[in-house]
Amino acid sequence: MNVVVRSPAARADAAALKATAAELRGRVIDMSHAAQAAHLASSLSCADILTAAYWHVLNIDPNKPRDPLRDRFILSKGHAAAALYATLAMKGYFPIAELDTFCRDGGRLAEHPPANLLPGVEAATGSLGHGLPLGCGMALSGRIKRETFRVYALLSDGENNEGSVWEAAMFAAAQKLDNVCVIVDYNKWQATARSNETLMLAPLRDKWAAFGWDAHEIDGHDVGALADAMQRVPNGSGKPVALIAHTVKGKGVSFMEDDNNWHYRAPTADEVTRARRELGLA
Amino acid sequence: MRNAFADELTRLGDEDSRVVMLSGDIGNRLFDKFKSRHPTRFFNCGVAEANMMGVAAGMGMNGLRPVAYTITPFVTTRCLEQIRTDVCYHEAPVTIVAVGAGLSYAGLGPTHHACEDIAFLRAIPNMVVVCPGDAHEVRGALRAALRQDRPVYIRLGKKGEPLVHPGPLQDFEIGKAITISDGEDVCLLSTGTMLPEAVDAARRLQEQGISAQVVSFHTVKPLDDVRLRDAFSRFRLVATIEEHSLIGGFGAAVAEWLADTATRPAKLLRFGTPDAFFKKSGEQEYARAELGLTGHQLADKIVHALQRDATP
Repeated sequence: MNVVVRSPAARADAAALKATAAELRGRVIDMSHAAQAAHLASSLSCADILTAAYWHVLNIDPNKPRDPLRDRFILSKGHAAAALYATLAMKGYFPIAELDTFCRDGGRLAEHPPANLLPGVEAATGSLGHGLPLGCGMALSGRIKRETFRVYALLSDGENNEGSVWEAAMFAAAQKLDNVCVIVDYNKWQATARSNETLMLAPLRDKWAAFGWDAHEIDGHDVGALADAMQRVPNGSGKPVALIAHTVKGKGVSFMEDDNNWHYRAPTADEVTRARRELGLA
Repeated sequence: MRNAFADELTRLGDEDSRVVMLSGDIGNRLFDKFKSRHPTRFFNCGVAEANMMGVAAGMGMNGLRPVAYTITPFVTTRCLEQIRTDVCYHEAPVTIVAVGAGLSYAGLGPTHHACEDIAFLRAIPNMVVVCPGDAHEVRGALRAALRQDRPVYIRLGKKGEPLVHPGPLQDFEIGKAITISDGEDVCLLSTGTMLPEAVDAARRLQEQGISAQVVSFHTVKPLDDVRLRDAFSRFRLVATIEEHSLIGGFGAAVAEWLADTATRPAKLLRFGTPDAFFKKSGEQEYARAELGLTGHQLADKIVHALQRDATP
């Protein structure tokens, strides 16, 4: 495995980041229970990636969500919206209390992130394969306007089924978009089956490398390592960066981990209690 | 039309540093001038239209004014979801320019025909649909589109179409139809590439003593409500003329408008392509003739309709 080495700074932060990730998971579990909404396991799978991005890497100011110089983070796997909403609320883009309105009538927090409605949401996603092309357009805007922000796109492994992902991958490499970073949440499951038994993704790092990306495999639950790798964008290779993050679907809750029923299932009150206890939350 | 588009785009690129050109690997040499003047704002996106449309949306969401261009089916139906979700849902100011409207590329076969695009695109919220009738309208439409700060679809023919307007249109406005010639008996509402056929039809009707008003109804969405009210109240017969399917196109839009509007005395006659792929080889003129869309065929059918109406 081509694992990125961790810096001392990231090591020092690691404990705090771990606690943040646990809080994030707790909020997502609460939201899934309250709304009886699907995609809990997909949200838990990427909680550490979101934590690394929002608490360590991104150059963002929740008070200036439209700042032209901000880094862009696109949740291309829009079905993990609950994780994004919880992240944005915890960062202060909108009140934590609004998380209680997830999937409620008349609210802003739909099951997939909306367009031009909620501060901090860079793009409306939910249909897979859209985030990276959008991100490439954003990155080129920065180049044309001489703004040096970075663009991160979080993709699911199932999303790599979409042809538009690979169109964008070739485009980004041809345009040498070295300020673009893709993180693939490689939890080995898609909605109804094992990813590699559906469409063959493996060897996924090699595929991204063959498409002209500086591609690395990484432990998608090592917040410090994720933070380090995502911080090193651009990394001097002149290529866009792909981080193939090995993850566990449902990560953090023993009875959800690697059980694909939790792609659609929402937890009962009792399961919420057990899950929160496992996460070290009250 | 496409040369006028490339030329006007170059001018607009000179005037506005936000204008970016995205091509789906077509237009060899067509954009040389734009490229030489604005090398950092031209992108050949390859044969990857879904990505091109997403990239255009990303640019539009970040302050630029991208123009995405390729052959009609590939820049519309091929990447329809990107148009809907990336461009229109985000209200990204992307101008989509399609070349080869209707049967412009008849000879290339049905893969390159485009008789359904208006139907698909006008159904999408936030989208504006403009079908210029000649090269002057192309220039006006492109200039107006880039002032809109919202998604716009512009549907071009190919090259070498006859000019209908005598000169540049200083006051071209999206959503405001243009009178080409006035008349008393029937009103010909033409959209896009069919405008020269409509003009020809009016001339032939005149020879038979029937006075026809010709209107270039370049904007299919939003419809020019004032102009439609005028047409349906003043004339015995209103005809819509388009190089597009009768399902979902301009004529369908006018029929919807008519159904939703207080009854008008005029009769509506719709000309367009049938619900079928045109599989025979042959160029645009041949295809139009086979489908009854040439000026004299339109005139004959209008005369017939008037006679039928007159029969007690």
